[in-house]
Amino acid sequence: MAIQISVFIENKEGRIKKAIDTLGKAGVNIRALSVGDTAKYGILRLIVSDNEAATKALEEESFIVKQSEVIVVAVPDKPNGLNSTLAILDDADINLEYIYAFVSSQPDEAIVAMKVEDIEAATEVFKANNAKILTDEDIEKI
Amino acid sequence: MVWNEKECMTKEERENWQLERLQETVKLAYENVEFYKKRFDEIGLKPEDIKTLKDIEKIPFTTKSDLREAYPLGLLAVPREEIVEIHASSGTTGKPTVTGYTQNDLDVWGECIARGLTMAGAKKDYIIQNAYGYGLFTGGFGIHHGGNKLGAITIPISAGNTRRQLDTMVDFQSDILTCTPSYAMYLGESREKAGISLDEINLKIGIHGAEMWTDEMRKRIEKSLGIKTYNIYGLTEVMGPGVAQECSEQNGMHIQDDHFYPEIINPETGETLDHGESGELVLTSLTKTGMPILRFRTKDLTSLIGEKCVCGRTTVRMTRITGRSDDMLKIKGVMVFPSQIEKALLKIEGISPNYLIHVTRPDILDEVEVKVEASKELFSDEIKQMEKVEKQIQASIRSETGLRVDVTLCEPESLPRSEGKAVRVIDEREL
Repeated sequence: MAIQISVFIENKEGRIKKAIDTLGKAGVNIRALSVGDTAKYGILRLIVSDNEAATKALEEESFIVKQSEVIVVAVPDKPNGLNSTLAILDDADINLEYIYAFVSSQPDEAIVAMKVEDIEAATEVFKANNAKILTDEDIEKI
Repeated sequence: MVWNEKECMTKEERENWQLERLQETVKLAYENVEFYKKRFDEIGLKPEDIKTLKDIEKIPFTTKSDLREAYPLGLLAVPREEIVEIHASSGTTGKPTVTGYTQNDLDVWGECIARGLTMAGAKKDYIIQNAYGYGLFTGGFGIHHGGNKLGAITIPISAGNTRRQLDTMVDFQSDILTCTPSYAMYLGESREKAGISLDEINLKIGIHGAEMWTDEMRKRIEKSLGIKTYNIYGLTEVMGPGVAQECSEQNGMHIQDDHFYPEIINPETGETLDHGESGELVLTSLTKTGMPILRFRTKDLTSLIGEKCVCGRTTVRMTRITGRSDDMLKIKGVMVFPSQIEKALLKIEGISPNYLIHVTRPDILDEVEVKVEASKELFSDEIKQMEKVEKQIQASIRSETGLRVDVTLCEPESLPRSEGKAVRVIDEREL
């Protein structure tokens, strides 16, 4: 399991840039990022190098920040690679809320972050199927 | 403790006192103010026709626009040199309305505020942190005059400069905070943010008014500052804050009715209503000499309680103002008050009471968007959850007002946050 930082982004010019700028000034490196957007606001989701520093810096700029747990899994970087990983969840009837990809330094490996309904159950089935789950320490090395 | 025994007169004593002062005030106004003389002459009314308190109903109403037309000092009943202080309303909806005070009027004002401070439990050695704005606005100086009358220590810190407010609370160990409720709310939030514990401050009492607030907001202010709060009422046109204030029963505001005579009228017909009935508050000054005011339509909607209060005072009480007859919104034909929206919002855990009601009419139908500042408690990394929160807010507003509104969550501190009066409504309909 890994920690993800989510930031509430009002649908207003320059707000994503402001958040990213704040992280840059705090010396925080972004490992992965996705934006869930609606017509009125967005949710910026980030995996970063330093959760506490990121949270503190963003909150000081009056952003609403939340830390939550996601599962980060390495998948084979080949056709059907992600599909086989998702099939594990599907077979166990675990709902996927959202998913996004990392940049990976390994040529044969892709990395995805997943938010699932039942994180404990998902971890179990991934382990049972020998999927490679990354911890916060693993992510730091990416 | 009661500041003045006048607050506990019997019904008969009170009515005699009021009638005598009413007759004097009517005479003063008729003989010295062109505006009132004209109004009386038009309907053939003479000051001598006011023989009972009930006869007040014969006197025409005075409205805010009458005061505007008399701008700046057209309604004085005394030579200008007798005026010692001037205040004015903000003038956000037109030309400001100006009030001139004689020394007598300032004494009356100080007296009313001193009564209120005493009702709230203030003592002579208390420190009042007066965070109402000082200036033409009546809040700052009104409380100041009362603090002086009581003999307490008044810190004229005025509104704004939140860091300094917090430092003052800690360093001076202020006992009383006086400011608008929205600013009290903001100071409470800021205290928490600044990491100052309740043990480090010594506030006991908050006296708040000049804008509408609900019981939900009261609870939050009381919790975030560790105080008991007292609602205060007043308006520049009549005097300023201190016309009425709550006692420790927190059950209606005692109107200083030996100085101001209250009536409740039906805002549509002008007909006088009985105690207990809701309508518009109309006030007549009984002791002011600089600018006596007869039957001023306050636009504030409330009702009167005539029974003696548990605290021992017999002054008539007014219930919490439910709205203003002019800030009532008519949306899709439904009457809505901003206070209803606030009430609906505060029923939801984790919501900040900072909101803005935005009314538009893009085509032929009214549309209402309620913008609410999101908070950590409301925020989720999942859109599904966020939509649930919006629906919950929508449902709460619907059950309170019967209206279906669009809810938009926005970033904290992004809505206009006033240190004076809060802007709650933007109505862009061309009606």
